[in-house]
Amino acid sequence: MSANRHADRTDDFGLSRRGFLAGAGGLSFAVALGASGLTLMSAAEAKAKARPIGAWVRIAPDDTIVIVTPAAEMGQGSMTGVPVALAEELDADWKKVTLEMAPAEPSIYGYGGNSMSITGSRAVRSYFDDMRLAGAQVRKVLIAAAAERWRVPADELGTEPNTVVHAASKRRMSYGEIAAVAKLPERMPTVGRHELKEPRHFRLIGAPVPRRDVPEKVDGSAKYSIDVQLPGMVYASTVHGPVHVARPKSWNEKEVKALKGVIDLVRLPLGVAVVADTFEHVLAARRTLKVEWVKGARADGYDSEPALEESYAEIARGKDGDGRGNADVEAAFKSAAKVYKAEFRSDYGYHAQMEPLNAVARFNAAGDQVEIWEGTQSPGRSRQGLARALGLPVAKVIHHQHYLGGGFGRRSLTDYTVEAARIARAVKRPVKMIWTREEDMRFGMFRPQTLQALEAALDREGKIAGWRHRVVGEGGRLTWSGINLEQYYRIPATSIETLGASHGVRLKHWRAVAHPFNLFAIEALVDEMAAEEGLDPFAFRRRRMNLTDKARHLFDMVEKMSDWKRKRRVRSADRALGLSVSERSGSLGAGVVEISLDAGSGKIRVHEVWVAIDGGTIVQPDMARANIESGVIYGLSSVLKERVTFKGGAVEQSNFHDYELLRMAEAPEAIHVEFAKRDGPPTGIGEIGNPFVGAAVANAFFALTGKRLYHMPFTPERVRAALKA
Amino acid sequence: MIAFKVNGKSVSVRAEDDTPLLWAIREHLKLTGTKFGCGAGLCGACTVHVNGKAARACQTALSDVKGAEVTTIEGLAPKSDHPLQKAWIAEQVPQCGYCQSGQIMKAAELLAKTNKPSREEIVRHMNGNLCRCGTYVRIVRAIQRAAKEA
Repeated sequence: MSANRHADRTDDFGLSRRGFLAGAGGLSFAVALGASGLTLMSAAEAKAKARPIGAWVRIAPDDTIVIVTPAAEMGQGSMTGVPVALAEELDADWKKVTLEMAPAEPSIYGYGGNSMSITGSRAVRSYFDDMRLAGAQVRKVLIAAAAERWRVPADELGTEPNTVVHAASKRRMSYGEIAAVAKLPERMPTVGRHELKEPRHFRLIGAPVPRRDVPEKVDGSAKYSIDVQLPGMVYASTVHGPVHVARPKSWNEKEVKALKGVIDLVRLPLGVAVVADTFEHVLAARRTLKVEWVKGARADGYDSEPALEESYAEIARGKDGDGRGNADVEAAFKSAAKVYKAEFRSDYGYHAQMEPLNAVARFNAAGDQVEIWEGTQSPGRSRQGLARALGLPVAKVIHHQHYLGGGFGRRSLTDYTVEAARIARAVKRPVKMIWTREEDMRFGMFRPQTLQALEAALDREGKIAGWRHRVVGEGGRLTWSGINLEQYYRIPATSIETLGASHGVRLKHWRAVAHPFNLFAIEALVDEMAAEEGLDPFAFRRRRMNLTDKARHLFDMVEKMSDWKRKRRVRSADRALGLSVSERSGSLGAGVVEISLDAGSGKIRVHEVWVAIDGGTIVQPDMARANIESGVIYGLSSVLKERVTFKGGAVEQSNFHDYELLRMAEAPEAIHVEFAKRDGPPTGIGEIGNPFVGAAVANAFFALTGKRLYHMPFTPERVRAALKA
Repeated sequence: MIAFKVNGKSVSVRAEDDTPLLWAIREHLKLTGTKFGCGAGLCGACTVHVNGKAARACQTALSDVKGAEVTTIEGLAPKSDHPLQKAWIAEQVPQCGYCQSGQIMKAAELLAKTNKPSREEIVRHMNGNLCRCGTYVRIVRAIQRAAKEA
């Protein structure tokens, strides 16, 4: 089964676009990208303005509606969440709506000159307004057509799902009936914001709309790129250097080529690909392949643990870094009644999306056009990256988007896709290239390790007056982008500095980027100050941290949700609560966790979690809740278990036995999520669930044991060491 | 050539004895609902049934299923209407969805032998199946729902 079509491929884009737009009967609406976002346009308007247009909405005479959805689907639900906003204003009957995945045409379907990248929790919040306006425009066209037919003023007409209604004469026409006879106007009607539905009239926004991808994901029919089958396809896998970014020098080609089924070995800039007739033969060849790597890669000899333990601390004490901040921090600290200091560390983190990176590639016979099948967070960037790497015009890169078996920030680059294309070009056959899990992990692109040195100044009244936050690590913004104090604490004087390190290892955005470890440091220090000042963590934040209104409201919510006051009063000997703020992509949150500890083994267990979120208008509450549940588990997994280490420039972990993810028995029994009631624009939801987890767990650990945890993840060894300290 | 049954149909696969069943199912037989996650028996994404018992297809040699009955997600229920599949939709369990075929196959083994599993039994049975999107809470709910409604 496949309720969701992937139509309008870029290969036959012109043709099928014309098909979609001209269609056999019915009304088709096109969209064009302009300075103010996506707008519906008639073909005549687009021609006059010389804009490329693409299909967006089609209403067929049988009353079905097709809506193109531009958002990569990696589990976050945006594929459904984005078109819901259009359907709402169109007053569509959702049961009659089919979704089609947009082609990789960012000049039509992207926004703000972007490359259709679905990163930073931006799908719903970016497209929301444009989708609503487009839906309202289509509705206006349908009403105008009905008004003309019935010879009544348009303002006497209203709509019910998929139907235009004239109440006075009790006449009704379905959208399909109108589409069968109406023509598109030369110019699309304009719609002002005041003409949009008031939130109290929403039928779909805020209501439970099931995700369109779910049925395909329970019967095995959902297609990921790893599932693609092409006639004459062969298989490949790349072996990369153990030392990050080392180049291949030579290998035992003869020996490998003699193995059964091996077709070729292909030299790639950063690896050697084995190509064979079946994937089991690829795996056998991988085991035999011995590659000598060019010495002297920048990462050569890099040991991450001593770097983090020793040299980062030295760097932190060094000269001024690159900074931002406000007011006179020196003065705030000079006049401080009390200064608190602490250092926090966090290890490298791996995305661990369940689908190992892969892509399918096929060149045409002339070798001047490539087709790519992949699941990417950034279809536009992928096409451009492939074109650049292969020396082809972008138009000669035909892109087929698939479901992503997890993204988490890893899949917005084309490194693996380019490999598949290079291999297909070399062997002149369609190739399915799959990285093994070991390859995916060792040649991963990681969340950087960091050391954070914090100082907070309290004035004579004990109120927060100054904040110094220094971050040491490699990767620039990847190390400090989560320090956005002004979103929750209005601190008069702040200074945020970054001091770079340079190791030459592969780094990348990870779910919520730097927020998880930055917020760990911030909120663990706040908790430490609360304890030292003899105040409850909520009371301390309210009285001393100068909360923003948004933050105050969320703290109130989560305090109630978690029954904090009672549980802190009637302390249990084996359970404790911890609190932290969360912040990411325009959203704010506050979370509480309840933990227990097995002191002998040093294992922390989180039993229950309460999260209050301000995400503006929540377009799809159940989807949003699922995203936050996911973020909490993703966060917990990294906070309790996950660590990548480098030895001699090589990653020491290789699969899920030595890079362990949270399993069901370790997951909380319940995660309670509530949203602040707001009518404002939607803000990011996909990453707001994990940034608070580190500090909340560490703070609960203090409440339980009186000891502090300063290094994420809180592995059993570190917990045992903290208990002895 | 190794002959066995997949989802009730007789098949034969031309491959070496030690070929992992996973690649025979996915690439030779083109039943791609069964997923490759780790290749080392650590994640459970490739879980299928061999003679009614859940097995990791990546750790099962083709020669081990000679003459056996293999069931994949595609063959779990004739119309993909197994109580678990319905419960999975009702609870909106999947996110990226990649591990879910394996989760459902593993859960189906439990329900086949235990009518009303307790939470502890569910967790113990399912603990070997990883879900990176963290749908664990909903998986437990869906199994409980399926057990109730089956």
